Amino acid sequence: MIAPSFRIADAESPAFVVELSQFTGPLDLLLSLIRDEHVDIYDIPIARIAEQFLARIGTLGLDEAADYLEMAARLLRIKAQMLLPRADGEESWEDPRAELVRRLLEYQQMREVVDLLEHRGEERRHQFNRRWVPQAADITPITAPLSLTLNDLLAAVDRVLRTAKEPTMHDIVPRSLDVAGAMTTIRALLSMRRDARWSDLVGRDAEPWQILSVLLALLEMAKMGELRITQARPFGSVEIVRDAVSEAA
Amino acid sequence: MTPLAKLLEAALFAAARPIALDALATLDPEASLAAVSSALDELREHYDVDGHGVEVVEQGGGWQILTRAEYAEAIERAQVAVRPQRLSAASLETLAIIAYRQPIGRAEIEEIRGVAVGSVLKSLHERGLIDIVGRAEGIGRPLLYGTTPQFLEQFALRHLEELPRADELAIALRGVGSAVVAE
Repeated sequence: MIAPSFRIADAESPAFVVELSQFTGPLDLLLSLIRDEHVDIYDIPIARIAEQFLARIGTLGLDEAADYLEMAARLLRIKAQMLLPRADGEESWEDPRAELVRRLLEYQQMREVVDLLEHRGEERRHQFNRRWVPQAADITPITAPLSLTLNDLLAAVDRVLRTAKEPTMHDIVPRSLDVAGAMTTIRALLSMRRDARWSDLVGRDAEPWQILSVLLALLEMAKMGELRITQARPFGSVEIVRDAVSEAA
Repeated sequence: MTPLAKLLEAALFAAARPIALDALATLDPEASLAAVSSALDELREHYDVDGHGVEVVEQGGGWQILTRAEYAEAIERAQVAVRPQRLSAASLETLAIIAYRQPIGRAEIEEIRGVAVGSVLKSLHERGLIDIVGRAEGIGRPLLYGTTPQFLEQFALRHLEELPRADELAIALRGVGSAVVAE
């Protein structure tokens, strides 16, 4: 059998705590319950087992809990399905436990292979092949001291500095956006005509800061309800329309 | 001992990993596979009869010279060599599923074990016991895992077929009718 890995129980926790870390998962716990209760795996008293399962997972940490909670939910669903009235014909009734039984059997089968692997692995651990090296010792640190004089080092630094190119510097000129100015322009334009196009607001030779100012101004005004921005089709030209609501107000 | 047996002994001594029969056959172009095979038997018998501290073992897809089990403790006590760490129960379960169902994806392993296996897969991969052997066709093309020669070696298996077939397992499973298995 597998050596259970015990977690040191919290000294202050109640005395009746089941250590779940000794189980490798919800199926393991479920199988152990079935064994302890001497229950027939093909005819599991689902209500009883579900109750015990829930009682045992009460003390789980959050990470572990997810897998166990999923199983708990599954058990409760099966329990509910068992309570439903059955149709008269026995043929048509499908045992809601069938899927769970299939999984448990599959899991049990795998556990047998685990026992076998554990046995073989343990035997093999007692034999060494030649040059067995522990994995940590695989990386041998280079311990040889550097044979280098101070002059060599300084010459090397000099060579590196000589070959390094002068970095290209960019001058970054702060240029604040003029959103308020752009809003005034847009308002003036829209007071003369009902609608406008993007190209009416931004000239061909507009600089980036101007384009950005107009864009932000448009968005701001659209938010405030002064205008609406529409586009008939993707990549089509943008229509800027004076908003009817603000007009009325 | 025959010259061929001595040659094989030298090669097995030099190697840290199991050497396959056909690789051993390349040592001597004159020798047939059958001759190599019988020379291996001769070598193994020589070690057994004369009482050596090592033995010739067939496992992990090849042949290997290993120390005899009775000396393990003394060797380890003297810190000449260190035994590999035991695998955790979760690792063994995952490994067992992969050994039987390979190539298998992570979701399928989690379905059988009922728990998340991400970190376990990572540690098995780091130990060289499993490897990524491909990708499934389905959504997201999940990675598929399989066992490595190192797995066979660490569990003293000659080949995967040495594991019991699924239908040989578990008395409890015998006679499981289609009524239960059917989904």
